[in-house]
Amino acid sequence: MQKQAVFQSRLLPLLLIAPQVAIVLVFFYWPAAQAVWQSFLLQDAFGLSTTFIWFENYQDLLRDPDYFNSVVRTFVFSAAIAVCSLSLALLFAVMADKPLRGATAYRTLMIWPYAVAPPVVGVLWVFMLNPSLGVLAQGLRNLGFDWNPLLDGNQAAALVILASVWKQISYNFLFFLAGLQAIPSSVIEAAAIDGARPVRRFWTIVFPLLSPTIFFLIVINVVYAFFDTFGIIDTMTRGGPAKATETLVYKVYLDGLLGGNLGGSAAQSVILMAIVIALTAIQFRFVERKVTY
Amino acid sequence: MADVTLRDVRKTYAGGVEAIKGVSLKVADGAFCVLVGPSGCGKSTLLRMIAGLETVTSGEVDIGGRVVNAVEPAARDIAMVFQNYALYPHMSVYNNMAYGLRNRGLARAEIEARVHEAAQILEIEALLARKPKQLSGGQRQRVAMGRAIVRHPKVFLFDEPLSNLDAKLRIAMRVEIRKLQRRLKTTAVYVTHDQLEAMTLADLLVVMNGGEVEQIGAPLEVYQKPATTFVAAFIGAPPMNLMPAAHAGPNGWADSLPPGAVVGVRPEDLMLGQDAPAGGLRLPLTVEAVEHIGAESFVYGKVSSKAAAGDDVIVRVAADATPALGTSVAVTASRDKLHLFGADGRRLAD
Amino acid sequence: MVERRRFGNLIPHLILWVGIALVAFPVYLAFVASTQDNAAIANGQMSLLPGDLFFETYYKTLFVGTSGSTREPVGTMLFNSFVMAMAIAVGKIAISILSAYAIVYFRFRFRMAVFWLIFITLMLPVEVRIYPTYKIAADLNLLDSYSGLTLPLIASATATLLFRQFFMTVPDELLEASRIDGAGPVRFFKDTLLPLSRTNIAALFVILFIYGWNQYLWPLLITTRDDMQTIQIGIRKMITTSDALTEWPVVMATAVLAMLPPVAVVVVMQKLFVRGLVETEK
Repeated sequence: MQKQAVFQSRLLPLLLIAPQVAIVLVFFYWPAAQAVWQSFLLQDAFGLSTTFIWFENYQDLLRDPDYFNSVVRTFVFSAAIAVCSLSLALLFAVMADKPLRGATAYRTLMIWPYAVAPPVVGVLWVFMLNPSLGVLAQGLRNLGFDWNPLLDGNQAAALVILASVWKQISYNFLFFLAGLQAIPSSVIEAAAIDGARPVRRFWTIVFPLLSPTIFFLIVINVVYAFFDTFGIIDTMTRGGPAKATETLVYKVYLDGLLGGNLGGSAAQSVILMAIVIALTAIQFRFVERKVTY
Repeated sequence: MADVTLRDVRKTYAGGVEAIKGVSLKVADGAFCVLVGPSGCGKSTLLRMIAGLETVTSGEVDIGGRVVNAVEPAARDIAMVFQNYALYPHMSVYNNMAYGLRNRGLARAEIEARVHEAAQILEIEALLARKPKQLSGGQRQRVAMGRAIVRHPKVFLFDEPLSNLDAKLRIAMRVEIRKLQRRLKTTAVYVTHDQLEAMTLADLLVVMNGGEVEQIGAPLEVYQKPATTFVAAFIGAPPMNLMPAAHAGPNGWADSLPPGAVVGVRPEDLMLGQDAPAGGLRLPLTVEAVEHIGAESFVYGKVSSKAAAGDDVIVRVAADATPALGTSVAVTASRDKLHLFGADGRRLAD
Repeated sequence: MVERRRFGNLIPHLILWVGIALVAFPVYLAFVASTQDNAAIANGQMSLLPGDLFFETYYKTLFVGTSGSTREPVGTMLFNSFVMAMAIAVGKIAISILSAYAIVYFRFRFRMAVFWLIFITLMLPVEVRIYPTYKIAADLNLLDSYSGLTLPLIASATATLLFRQFFMTVPDELLEASRIDGAGPVRFFKDTLLPLSRTNIAALFVILFIYGWNQYLWPLLITTRDDMQTIQIGIRKMITTSDALTEWPVVMATAVLAMLPPVAVVVVMQKLFVRGLVETEK
């Protein structure tokens, strides 16, 4: 797709694109290229000599049980967060889509957590579920539940997932509501005339018509679980206890912080890039996009 | 005030498509020229070349004695009214009209005087503070015209300006555009695909087809003496009846025509009646459909003679003389009402 | 809509109220905690109703900082966060609208190459190239500076694509009318395209402001000096590993202050926010 009517000028367009191209090259392509290049190098402990070792960093990484566990963990987290927040959001969106009194107020009250930063989300939930002083933790204890996410890895994972789901509901709610409102009411009315009861109407008409939205949100939620949970994890558990909440991104961060194996870190980054590119490609492939490139 | 002259103007697109295949044309100062033709005939491209919105591959575009091929649109001293009006949606009506004048650095008072003058002519003074969104189709059309008028250009260019209006408004605006142009005496080039609009507006009618000019002339001249079968069929509604000359026979004059010749006759020139005038045409018809449009009717018939069996013919008859469906009638035309074309579609000498 | 029974709406109302309670409870609790005494909270004897230390805590948080350490007051952090969010929003919009203008309204060599160069960056968030980017920022002497905080986050394609999409829907005749009216590329941009993009710019601004305000990992690496911290970093550093030393009322007040600007933006400019979110993700 192209404009037919354009301006004739050689210099001006180059001046216009220069700032963005400069920033993209310096802060995007240069570091990305460096990550790829470094992932093929072995550097000694003092950084004095480097050797080109092809895919050895990747091989080491894939053989490392820590890394493997982190991969599995990340995907489990993603699935849990996506399933929980999508189903809750869909429930609320279906309710809010009904012609209720105060529907706009409900919408406002549901969407604002989108604006809460991940580290703040982490702080809020850590405070509620802190084993010694948290309000909810006390409730759990009173129910006879041995709650201590500082020691129990599974509980820590549940804590991170819970907080992440809480934050993501608003986003999913917004898109579900938009998707629901885009379904023409005549279709629903036709189904009603055809004798479909409300629940059946939902599963046979509304849900299928909503599937592009659902698919789009699944991809977005997985990406969210990969990256935006970083702030939540860092304020809640710092990857612990015993790596129980160490996702791929958090592992990149920790390994980098410790310094040491530059090539291994770079290889982790490159694998992450590959995953994101794959997810984006899936999204382009399957979601009907209005954008024409 | 200026005349517009095109000298063998051609347009070839990068892909090799020839949109304009050599057009020469002279529009006198103050004349209203209409370019008419079916969609894709190149009429809009030609207009946009005069405006400077399309480059000229070869030939010359001359406005008021100056060749403007390489001149920017803004410097050609033209004004254009677009099909979708192209009003600036974020500017008020006043600013829409004033914008071009401001860009030319006119004094504030002068701009104001010109805008008010134009608004007065177009009766849109009450709308000056509104945004285009708040206007009806007809009002937008007027603002688009106003934007052209305030510029006091040498030439008005119109690109199908009425096609977004409903039928009634279209006729009213058509009359107004003509009155306005007469009053301002500004040369105008107007593009349309509507032959009726073309006929009513033009001093000079240019019929185009496939990137070429089929005929240039005064509207009545074009109607009465179409230069080609294309013009004969395109100008006039319902269109002229055309059939191979052989179908019209046996006739004295038809036998002397070159092979492949075509004979044409307008629906209003056919008469109900049995006896053909000497040297004229007679066709026996079966009436297949009838359109009553008030004072007159159009009769759609199929020729039942041996030579021309199956040809479709349209006849205009008075309302009270309309034959019944399914009946057989005969229609005739005198020799001087017949148009004769050669096998190449060009008019034969009368 | 079909079918309205007499008590049919009771259940939806109920479910929505549960949902709202669910999302609001943690924040309510944070606010309540920020108005109470630290000792009561640390003992696990926090009341579920607001206390009377509101002004005291917020004054201390904004202008003094936590007592146990040399941390900056949260006022400074708010300022840093604001500068960063504004710079990211304004910077991204500015460079994006210009490059989109060039890509849509001009023909130049490597036009498609430039488009793809920018487009590909859509796929990769800063997190996946974090250390190499850090190294470049360090090499360029950008650590502990506002440019270091913002520039790498400006490098992305969403805004460019959004403007490109929008420009493609602007009718060609508008450009042609402008040309006949004597406007060149600069004037056309300033007088016509920019005013027409107003809503898009505003919607994008809302989204980018929130995006910038909520950045975490990058500021965590790039800032080392306390007076350059953003509020998201500050709040994390307030939570010490031993519970006893954490001043919970101040932490919670900081959390409330950190939420306030972006949440206010979402609530007040809800229409623009929804539009921006839907447009940028499309």
